This record gives sequence, structure tokens and C-alpha cells, in this order.
Amino acid sequence: MSTTASIPAAETARPLAKAGTGVTGLDEVTLGGLPAGRPTLICGGPGCGKTLLATSFLVNGAVMFNEHGVFMSFEESSDDLIKNVSSLGYDLGALVARKKIAIDFVRVERSEIEESGEYDLEGLFVRLDYAIKSVGAKRVVLDTLEVLFAGLGDTQILRAEIRRLFAWLKERNVTAIITAERGEGALTRFGIEEYVSDCVMLLDNRVSNQITTRRLRVVKYRGSAHGTNEYPFLIDGQGVSVLPVTSAGLAHSASNEVISTGVPGLNQMLGVGGFFTGTSILVSGTAGTGKTSLAAHFVDAACGRGERCLYFAFEESPAQIVRNMRSIGLDLQPRVDSGLLRFEAARPSLFGLEMHLARMYREIENFAPAAVVLDPISALRGETGDVHSMLLRVVDLLKSRGITAFLTDLLSVEGMDKADAGMSSLMDTWLSLVQLESNGERNRGIYVLKSRGMNHSNQIREYQLTSQGVKLVDAYFGGGGVLTGSARIAQEMVDAAAAVRRAQDNERRQRDIQRKRAALERQIAELRAELESEEEEARKSLQHDEELEKRMQAEKRAMAIQRGGSVS
Amino acid sequence: MNQVMNTAMEESVLPGALYNLRLYVAGQTPKSITALANLKKICEEHLVGRYQIEVIDLLEHPQLAAGDQILAVPTLVRRLPEPLKRIIGNLSDMERVLVGLDLRPVAAP
Repeated sequence: MSTTASIPAAETARPLAKAGTGVTGLDEVTLGGLPAGRPTLICGGPGCGKTLLATSFLVNGAVMFNEHGVFMSFEESSDDLIKNVSSLGYDLGALVARKKIAIDFVRVERSEIEESGEYDLEGLFVRLDYAIKSVGAKRVVLDTLEVLFAGLGDTQILRAEIRRLFAWLKERNVTAIITAERGEGALTRFGIEEYVSDCVMLLDNRVSNQITTRRLRVVKYRGSAHGTNEYPFLIDGQGVSVLPVTSAGLAHSASNEVISTGVPGLNQMLGVGGFFTGTSILVSGTAGTGKTSLAAHFVDAACGRGERCLYFAFEESPAQIVRNMRSIGLDLQPRVDSGLLRFEAARPSLFGLEMHLARMYREIENFAPAAVVLDPISALRGETGDVHSMLLRVVDLLKSRGITAFLTDLLSVEGMDKADAGMSSLMDTWLSLVQLESNGERNRGIYVLKSRGMNHSNQIREYQLTSQGVKLVDAYFGGGGVLTGSARIAQEMVDAAAAVRRAQDNERRQRDIQRKRAALERQIAELRAELESEEEEARKSLQHDEELEKRMQAEKRAMAIQRGGSVS
Repeated sequence: MNQVMNTAMEESVLPGALYNLRLYVAGQTPKSITALANLKKICEEHLVGRYQIEVIDLLEHPQLAAGDQILAVPTLVRRLPEPLKRIIGNLSDMERVLVGLDLRPVAAP
């Protein structure tokens, strides 16, 4: 017991050696690649991309990992194979010429083969061994081994030989991919999955609403953890890419850096003076509200700071957007020419949602932009749940990379209940563009429906698309709310008239007061004059009385003298 | 081991084309030994004087396997007369070999 406990962890759980596929995303799903030195089974229906995926594995091995490979084809001649994969940008012919890859076409034609007595498939082993030695291969593809079942009659011998082949491959320590057709009710038509137990992948090509989507799933991977979901994958001129975008992570960091919206007035509406970098911004509005114009401003501002922008246009061609934005005084062409701005335009109906997602993922990986515009997300067709899940993954993808996402959403005229369905929770900032209808005209209003992590204006601001770009007009409030357009202008005129009237009123009142003051002052003067004259009169009568008194005293004395009496 | 067996032509005895036959084997296994023995027997019975047998051991000449599209061993390839025919197995089923070599009509009694 004590001995088992003392075994070092590194020995008990030695990580499985893996051979990188070099396929974008697949190495993430498989946490490093296919099991090195072991066979991997890839099964799927016709046209699923088994051959192309297997070829990518070989080509990438030779080009990226310096591991040479052998392609044993049971279905296509080597010329056909080289031609077919050249559409993926692989120059298989050159790799063959440089002895990095060997192709052996094994032709199995039942009508040309007569069976008589016992046989084994040693011939195949000899060929494979010879091919492996000729290029020093570490990787082998057998595409599609099950063709043997159609070409040879004795399935018992075949099964025994296939079992021996897998053991032989393991013994050679080559990393092998065996492709097989998907069977009814089983992974493969002839059940060869029972011989390959290390790693099994399933490819699928589903059609929904006339749109095909390729998906990949790792059914099992012995000895290793792996992504268990179905991942969409993409085959086009740049090879095969798998899209391991899940909505798992919520661990992205939050930035405090603020970037301009590109519209000064709008910056003011947002408490911090713009958007936070790495957040998701939704601009919703009905037709003709200027969503694309706002996006163009945003992009132009980002490019002006020297940041790279990726613009996914779903409804207009890049040339059309550039032309249209010139009408509001924004020339995006220099931004495109300088390489800071890249347009990726595709009709939504061109691929399914998953393919769009996969395409975006790859473009974002390649271009490494600071900001991404999706214009408009409402153009993406599909079940509401699917669209939501796709957008969720886009937003998560962008957030995890700190890329600012600018999404526009075209609302039907009826209202915003549709957009509301689940989108709100994904968005950090939601600007709503509304048509304000009154007095027989429509005017454009913008308001900040939400903006996480900042104080923001609660006003509906009118804005105009002028030849100098989007301009926010100062808000005007009348009795019935915000006034826009000619109503605002009319109100301004009314107000101006009222101001004049008020000025005139003031003047009149001033004059009245002056007149009143003058009148009062006149009254006061009169009263004072009256008072003065009364005082004068009083003084005069007092004087008169005194004189009279004096005269009476004098007469008294004179009378006393006359009587001869004494003056007592 | 390249073993070429030439027998003098006896066209007067059995008129017909020359048979150029190649037997691919991988080492001296019981299957390959049986196959060669069976082949010789058939040739002596049906192709006296107008056959060539070339035995190719793929363990010694692995590069030859791809050229003749060899998959199973033993494989008997009829290179001449045209068209090319392949018969796989130890050739123990004589009838199948004869049919495969066009030495007997398919609907033979």
C-alpha cells in the first residue's frame, strides 16, 4: 500500500503524447491533437470532408511539424487527390516531389479480382511499409479502408487483416487516420470502429433551411480529456478549420479603458465619455435610422487611433458602404487602403449560422482586430435559439480576446420586442435609435437604453445625418416631451417671440413704475409745500400773539401809572 | 527470389496465345508454396508450352507491389493475353482459376 502511494504523480498519470493536426481549432478541441503513434478513426457520411480533414493532417504535419506522411488512397487516384486538395490551398504535388509525402493509390475493383482459396492482405502491408520507409513517415492516412469490403468477398479474412493492420500501425508507432463511411445505426458501415479504440471523430453535414453546416464531434478519446460538443467546421480556400467556440467562459477581464463612439455628442451621453473597450455594443433601430452610419463613425474613430477593425457586412457590399458613408462626409476608403479596416461581406443565406461563425472566428484569428462590427445581426437567419446561441458565442469569443463588438440590429417597424428576446443580457451597451413621428415628419432620436458600468444620459436626443457626419442636436423639451425637427424649430421661434414680448413687457413696466414714481414724488412735493406754508402761517400768528401780549403788558403798565398806584 | 520458368512453346499441340503469368507472394509461406504448386499444375494441364510464370517475392521487391496494384497475397496476375486479370488466394479452387484465366467459359458444365 505504501509503495503505490509513493509512486510519483508524473508516472501514474503521464500525459498522452499528441500529434498536432495544425487544423485551426481541432487541436483545441482535442487538447493538443490526435493520439501520437495510434490510429484515429474519422467517420462520416459522403461529402463530409473526411478526406480533406485527413489531408490537412498530413500536409500540416509535413509543413508545420516536419512529420512526413503517407496517404494511402482507396478511392481517388493520386492525380485526382492532388487536384482536389489544391482547392484548399495545399500543394500536395510539391510535397510529394520533395519526398515529404507519399501517395499510394490502391485500386480495388471487384470485377477484376477473382478469388480462389486462402489469401491475406500482406500485399497492402508491404506497400504501406514501403511507402512509410520511402519518406520516413510518422503519419499515415488510410482513406477509405472500407472500400476493401466492397472489393473483396471474404469478410472474415478482411476483419482479421484489418485488426492486424491496426496492431501493425501501432507497432510502427505512426499516427494514423482511418476514414470510414457512416453506417446505419453504427459509426461505420462495416463496424471497423471496434478495432480502433483510441480516438474516434464523427463528421456530419446537416441541411437545415436549405443551408448545410458541417460539424465535428470527438466521440471518444481514450486517455485524454476532449471537448464533447459538436463543433462546426469549415472547408474553404484556406483549408479546414474547426470552430471550438462555446459559451462556456465568463472569465474575461474587464477593461477600464474608454474608446470614443466617433460621435462627440454621443460620447457625452455616456457617463465615461465613450464605450469601454472589449464590451459589446448593440445599436438597434428601424430601417433608415442610421445604424450603419454610427458603425462607420465608430470604425473611423478606431482606425483613427491606429486600431484594426473588422467589419462583417451582411447586407451591403463593402463598395456600397464606402460610397454611402461618403454622403455623410466619412471616407472609409483610406482606412481600407491602409489595412486598418477590413470588410468581410457575405449574404447571410450563403452559409448556415455555424459557418458564419466559423468564418468569423477564422477572420478574427487571422486579422486580430481591436474592434469588430456585425452589420446587421438581424440578417442572420435561423431559429431564434440558434441565432441567440451563435451571437452569444461571437460575443464571448470577442470578449475573451478583449475585442470591442459593435452590433447593429434592424428592428421591424412594429417594435423592439423581437430584439429584446435574449439579446439584452448579452449586451453591455445598448443604444436605441427611434423614429420620432410628429407633425407629418419623421425625425431621428437616440437614447441609451442601457450601459453597464457607467452613468449615462436618460434623454432622447435628436440627431441628424449631415454631410459632416452624425450630429446630435441639443435636446428640446416642450409640454409633450422631446421636440424634434420642425416642431423643435417652431418651438424655438415661439420661444423667441415670447422672449421679445417679455422684453417689451418689462420695458413697459419699467416705464409705468417711473411714471408712478414721478407722480408720487410730485405729490410728496406738493404736500411738503403745503406743510411749509402752514408752518409759515403758524409762525406768523405766533408772532402776532406775542406782539399783542407785549402791547397788552405795556398798556397795563401805562394804566397803572395813570392811576398812580404802585407797580407791584 | 525471381524465378522464371520457361517452357518451350508447343503451339502445334495447343493453339492459342502465350500466357504471361506473375505470381506475387510475400515470403515462403504455406499459402505461397501451395499457390505456386497449384499454378504449375494448372498450367501443365491446360497451357502446356505456352506459359511463363514469374514469381515475385514482395518482401524482396516491395516497390513492385504498387505497380501491379497488389493488395492480397498470393496474387496471380495474368499480364498476357490482355486484358489484365487478377486471381487472389492459394489457387486451391481450380475451377475459379480456370474461369479467371479465361481457360473455361463461365457457364461451363
